Amino acid sequence: MTDILILEGVEKTYDSGFTALHGVDLTLREGEILALLGPNGAGKTTLISCICGTVMPTRGKITVGGFDALTDYRRARSLIGLVPQEIHLEPFSRVMDTVRYSRGLFGKGRNDAYIEKILRDLSLWDKRDSRVMELSGGMKRRVLIAKALSHEPRILFLDEPTAGVDVDLRKEMWEVVANLKAAGVSIVLTTHYIEEAEAMADRIGVINRGRLALIEEKAALMSRLGRKTLKIELETPVAVIPDALTSYGLQIADGGNALVYEYEAGASRTGITRLLSDLRDAGLCLSDLSTRQSTLEEIFVGLVHQQEENA
Amino acid sequence: MNPTAIKAMYVSEMARFFRTFMQSFLSPVISTSLYFVVFGAAIGSRIDEVEGVSYGSFIVPGLIMLSVMTQGISNASFGIYFPKFTGTIYELLSAPVSFIEVVIGFAGAAATKALFIGAVILATSALFVDLQIQHPLVMVLFLLLTCISFALFGFIIGIWAKNFEQLQLIPLLVVTPLVFLGGSFYSINMLPPVWQAITMFNPVVYLISGFRWSFFGVADVPIITSLLAIGLFQALCLIAVWWIFKTGWRIRK
Repeated sequence: MTDILILEGVEKTYDSGFTALHGVDLTLREGEILALLGPNGAGKTTLISCICGTVMPTRGKITVGGFDALTDYRRARSLIGLVPQEIHLEPFSRVMDTVRYSRGLFGKGRNDAYIEKILRDLSLWDKRDSRVMELSGGMKRRVLIAKALSHEPRILFLDEPTAGVDVDLRKEMWEVVANLKAAGVSIVLTTHYIEEAEAMADRIGVINRGRLALIEEKAALMSRLGRKTLKIELETPVAVIPDALTSYGLQIADGGNALVYEYEAGASRTGITRLLSDLRDAGLCLSDLSTRQSTLEEIFVGLVHQQEENA
Repeated sequence: MNPTAIKAMYVSEMARFFRTFMQSFLSPVISTSLYFVVFGAAIGSRIDEVEGVSYGSFIVPGLIMLSVMTQGISNASFGIYFPKFTGTIYELLSAPVSFIEVVIGFAGAAATKALFIGAVILATSALFVDLQIQHPLVMVLFLLLTCISFALFGFIIGIWAKNFEQLQLIPLLVVTPLVFLGGSFYSINMLPPVWQAITMFNPVVYLISGFRWSFFGVADVPIITSLLAIGLFQALCLIAVWWIFKTGWRIRK
């Protein structure tokens, strides 16, 4: 896979003296979905703004599809569609007009057939003649996506597409994003909903305090950092852990009705087989077993705290 | 240059004008008619001639200038301030367009609107008074330069303004007084000598005087001075726009 977007040492210090980004290196592969996770104020929006041209980076190099984002901004920006975090739309304009306007602004000739396709894909076709102010919040967000897609970009930036959006609409957004990926668009989305990254992303980057703490394949990240727990429910409760089982670091749960064993999800030897046979030898009868993998959220919180301790 | 993008901005700005077409069209017609009723018929009937021109006709160039300047400023300043206010400016900043193209699209549309309104007022005036235009080419040149300069000036105000109050501030506190005191409704020669001297510091005097010369062949200042004045103003606006473009002042953080 080729890298469609390359960031090298991108730094941003605002006039106020606040440094929002400290030398970020990042690549986006063609056709992938990259989720950038981070707490509020981590620098996610600044990073996107530097790439899209709404904020001037203080230092560093940004290359979009082989074109420098500063010196060759026309060709670089033509490849990019931006869906901002806030709903920024002119209230009095009509849906069709505002999408057409976006296409023209990016220098593309009029193509109503293509715009019809986008509006239909986003379930906005029926609303094409409505004024923006008459639309619901979810529809407005889709209008923003339609505007961003109007000039056929190869990279789409979604800045917190589901912030403050209800569950149904969030699922709908995920579907829209999945369809875009299927159509070959590379996507960068920022979010602080971990489940969103977990549901959609191919790779996950974590930003905290203006630094990219890590960037990794979602599956690899989950298995590398994810802890799994095995919950063993017992037929008869125990008060203390039998001596033969002390080496496993078990914990008593549910008032003695269950034991909890924690292990590395990616480890080659988990010790489960030996634990189960030792349980039988200790004379414990099992009524049920369940395992649970730590969520990205727990991984994320762990990482952020770790970074803060190091700082 | 990206002509498609310029056209998109221009068309979108003009669409706002046409959305409120009746208002854009009717308000200058009504206000011009009112000026003629008050200054032309009621007061003007008691004034003989000014510089050999009937008072009703004499005020026409001033009236047109007054509207063209204020409309040029308000349309352009609002046009670029509104995207800043609604946040839709993100789209302009992330689009593959240069600032010069944005200026051409936005200020160009504002200048077009001002020109249209100037033409409407001229046509309305013709219903009330006898109009003669001795130098139609100079008249059109003056009108065009004024529309463009004041649209550029308005664009700069729109970029500078941080709220609606500031947007109104300069037109209200600076431009309107200068226009009223710039000889829209009187000849500078009618003032006492001291005020005549002071008035010469008012840049609007040169514009109105030159514009009036194109109608009647009489002027308070030589026509070449007037042309230099509007040329200088336009150059200053262009330099300011260029500086904004270079520094990204109040646009790109």
